[in-house]
Amino acid sequence: MTSDINKSFYDFISNGMPGPEQQTDVNNAILPARKAAFSRFRSLGLPTLKTEEWRYTNIQRYLKDAFTLAEEEQSTVTAEQLKGASIPKLDSYTAVLVNGRLQPALSQLPADGKITISKISDAAGNAQLQAWFDKHPHLQKQPFAALNAAFFADGLFIEAGVNASLDKPLHIIHVYTAAANAFIQPHHLVVLHKSATLEIIETAVGLNEAAIAFVNSVTEVVLEENAELWHYNVQSTIKNSRHIYHTSALQKADSRYHHFNFTLPAAELTRNNLSVALTGSNTETNLHGLFLATEQQHVDNHTFVDHQVAHCNSNELYKGVLLDNAKGVFTGKIMVHQDAQKTNAFQQNNNLLMSEKANINSQPQLEIYADDVKCSHGFTVGRFSEEALFYLRSRGIGEEAAKTLMVNAFAFDITDQVHIPALQEFLSDKIRRYVTGAINN
Amino acid sequence: MLTIKNLHAEVDGKKILKGLNLEIKAGEMHAIMGPNGAGKSSLASVLAGRENYTVTEGEVIFDGKNLLDMSPEDRAREGLFLAFQYPVEIPGVSNLNFLKTALNEIRTYHNLPAMEAKEFLKLTKEKQQMMDFNANLMNRSLNEGFSGGEKKRNEVFQMAMLDPKFAILDETDSGLDIDALRIVANGVNKLRGADKAFMVITHYQRLLDYIVPDFVHVLADGVIVKTGNKDLALELEEKGYDWLKEDVHQKESV
Ligand SMILES: Nc1ncnc2c1ncn2[C@@H]1O[C@H](COP(=O)(O)OP(=O)(O)OP(=O)(O)O)[C@@H](O)[C@H]1O
Ligand SMILES: [Mg+2]
Repeated sequence: MTSDINKSFYDFISNGMPGPEQQTDVNNAILPARKAAFSRFRSLGLPTLKTEEWRYTNIQRYLKDAFTLAEEEQSTVTAEQLKGASIPKLDSYTAVLVNGRLQPALSQLPADGKITISKISDAAGNAQLQAWFDKHPHLQKQPFAALNAAFFADGLFIEAGVNASLDKPLHIIHVYTAAANAFIQPHHLVVLHKSATLEIIETAVGLNEAAIAFVNSVTEVVLEENAELWHYNVQSTIKNSRHIYHTSALQKADSRYHHFNFTLPAAELTRNNLSVALTGSNTETNLHGLFLATEQQHVDNHTFVDHQVAHCNSNELYKGVLLDNAKGVFTGKIMVHQDAQKTNAFQQNNNLLMSEKANINSQPQLEIYADDVKCSHGFTVGRFSEEALFYLRSRGIGEEAAKTLMVNAFAFDITDQVHIPALQEFLSDKIRRYVTGAINN
Repeated sequence: MLTIKNLHAEVDGKKILKGLNLEIKAGEMHAIMGPNGAGKSSLASVLAGRENYTVTEGEVIFDGKNLLDMSPEDRAREGLFLAFQYPVEIPGVSNLNFLKTALNEIRTYHNLPAMEAKEFLKLTKEKQQMMDFNANLMNRSLNEGFSGGEKKRNEVFQMAMLDPKFAILDETDSGLDIDALRIVANGVNKLRGADKAFMVITHYQRLLDYIVPDFVHVLADGVIVKTGNKDLALELEEKGYDWLKEDVHQKESV
């Protein structure tokens, strides 16, 4: 299904796009969910600049090109091409996905009976998939999540049984490639049963600069009682790519979710919709974000922490570094429901503008309906001054080292929380190279 | 060590230095005095390589090399140091991390390996004691929230750490309490040596009681209008600058 060459994809999906009837999943087990998602998409409609959630991100602009919804299945990816997304010195299992489709031949999956890692399409009959697919409450209001559920190609299904854990992290490598402009829609589901623990690292690589890859992905996370997930998402691909990432976690009692989001160059557009619904008490949620944007990049982080019940702790720290003409958006919503007494919810967003033309829109949104809570929020915007640069240079520090010094110092609160040394090193190295302009993608 | 010939410089189209000449030899201590707005800090800025100053005429030779062709960092690596009149606050960057980076960048320039952590700590401790610099300030963000005097003392501590060949101290004495002035002056005296030179910009003769200069220059309206020995500072303390201005005018009319 392709939008007319002369027609913008935006117009195509807003008017007259046929429904998902033709999509075939194993036994069509997912088809009813696809149809439901499609009618939801129809009723939600596409966002415009008047839509509150999209005020600072003109999504229409990024959708005006023609894209195909049914991109060719690609599997001719070489190990060499994965290099950009591999993490030196990291000891891990790996799952390589090309446009959302698992490539077992390129992957090293754990042989652990308690942990299932498969294609969503191969798990169509799975009870957990049936129970949770496209069910996260926050996704119900997101048009692009509905569009994804209606037409997604495939994705990863991870299920960790009761008490399951792995001896090393699982590294998911996303390869995005399309011969012609494509709208790529992976949909992943991660379910951790009671007391299961997992560490997931995601990195991405784009392969074809000649066509635009628009990636609209959804990751649903379900943490049952006392489960714990460390979830690192490193977003860095090529310039000719645009991304809307939805990550929606649902936490039951005593569970712990540690999410790290690193948005690095060079995708033109990155929009993150990260949301966590706390449905059981005594949970812990840590959301760490670092976004570093260069050139004309547009990075938009929308986060939502939804305290539905009492005695939950959430802690959020997002830091943005904007260079050149880059634009950043941070909107952090915290909702504390009436019953959510004894909530601790903290949020902070700090930004560093490295050029006159870079800018940031930052806004906290706190909605608190309980009275016995501790909540705080704040944001700062600092500017890297020429004065500071001259001061450092006058001490013998070169311009690039000076900028790196300042950015590393600024990012330290986040990178220091990464407790996998190889990943920490990988990130510092990337940050250094982006800040000094040593690499442009 | 440093030869300044007919230096003209302007900032934002305004002429500040108007044909300044100065010769500084190794082992010497030069004091620069002069009225507010004369161009003393501008001279320091031009020497350190601040980019908003444009040199329109003249040259500066530092140890046989053309100083004005070098980037600010290369000037520092070649051994030039400026203790700023107004040190900048840099949040997030720790004082020690900053110094370690600076030292190692300078070492790399001279093809030396990075300093071992142990050696660096030893050096830090030695210089901190030498300058009686508050150890608590070393781990804080660079100058952030430092008092005026603490900032000045940090400049001198940095100077001791980087051990430059030629150091410019721009009003390092203003803002220091009486005890600190003596400590800083003693520190500077310890750094003096046959292969080093200093340019001390000050408004107060008092500093020169501790750091005895070989030459005292008066900078007015972008040029050096008078040069003498330490007694000139005493004379200025007594008479101010006006008599010199008259001197200049008389010269001009001749
Ligand atoms: N960016 C600028 N634009 C215009 N004029 C400037 C600029 N920077 C400095 N000046 C001017 O240059 C002149 C010399 O300033 P400078 O700071 O060198 O004086 P100074 O001798 O150090 O004075 P003080 O004793 O007060 O520190 C002053 O008149 C000042 O206003
Ligand atoms: Mg001055």
